[in-house]
Amino acid sequence: MEAVLFFVAAIGALGGAIGVIAMRNPFYGVLALIVHLFSLAVLFLLLTAAFVAAAQVVVYAGAVMVLYVFVVAYVGGGAESAWEPIPGQRFLAPLLGTALFVELAIAVLASSLLALGHDGPHVNPGFGDPAAIGYLLLEKFLIPFEASSMLLMLAAVGALVLAGHRDGARGGASAGTPREREPDEAPPLAPTGDPA
Amino acid sequence: MSIEWYVVLSALLFATGAMGILLRRSPIVILLCLELMLNAGNLALVAFSRMVGNQQGQVFALVVMVVAACEVVVGLGLIVAIFRRKLPLDVDELRELRG
Repeated sequence: MEAVLFFVAAIGALGGAIGVIAMRNPFYGVLALIVHLFSLAVLFLLLTAAFVAAAQVVVYAGAVMVLYVFVVAYVGGGAESAWEPIPGQRFLAPLLGTALFVELAIAVLASSLLALGHDGPHVNPGFGDPAAIGYLLLEKFLIPFEASSMLLMLAAVGALVLAGHRDGARGGASAGTPREREPDEAPPLAPTGDPA
Repeated sequence: MSIEWYVVLSALLFATGAMGILLRRSPIVILLCLELMLNAGNLALVAFSRMVGNQQGQVFALVVMVVAACEVVVGLGLIVAIFRRKLPLDVDELRELRG
């Protein structure tokens, strides 16, 4: 049963990943990434990481992907230009990707870590549930936790500065007021509040 | 399922993401491929935390998720700013840093 679930989720994750890099339209790429993220959540559940799986679905598939969909809808999915500055990049990239995979696989499988071949030790039923993770976050890793919340706020402020209506100079001062209401900078603030 | 399978799958996903970054030119798709690579790292972290029987790897995965969210927010902000300046959304044409 576990093996069946693993292979179904692995095929979903891999298919989603290939969909992301193969789809011409970025909107379909975002949808493929959502499939990938849900499959990864199943894999996390198989690894008894219930809280990480829930955070994956709520934060990633819920909030971050909504942000992507908004930006893709705003920017519009344009086709990529045919101009290639590096000749042969289309053929070089799969080659390098395969080389990277082979290298990583060799590094993992030849590491002679005996524990890699097993299912992992037996764990208590509470392993990876919100209570245990919350305890770790607030007791042992309080400073990294607070630092990550600081990072989230910095990112939100940075995005506001980057994508704010600073280029209102182009449209003149009159264009500034209606534009203030429109920018999709409200979404970045909403999802970034969630993960922490 | 032994942990090996998860780690090899994560290596495969990471290589797929890296290949996408080399292959594609749209900044949005490159951000999506970065997500793929970060998620592959997350999968490896959670798999190793299961292998050791220690939950600290899962906390690390959560922190990676937070960092990924920050990266998305800043990256999408950049894309919106590029779009508003009517510049081409193509990483090969955006080669010059100019104020």
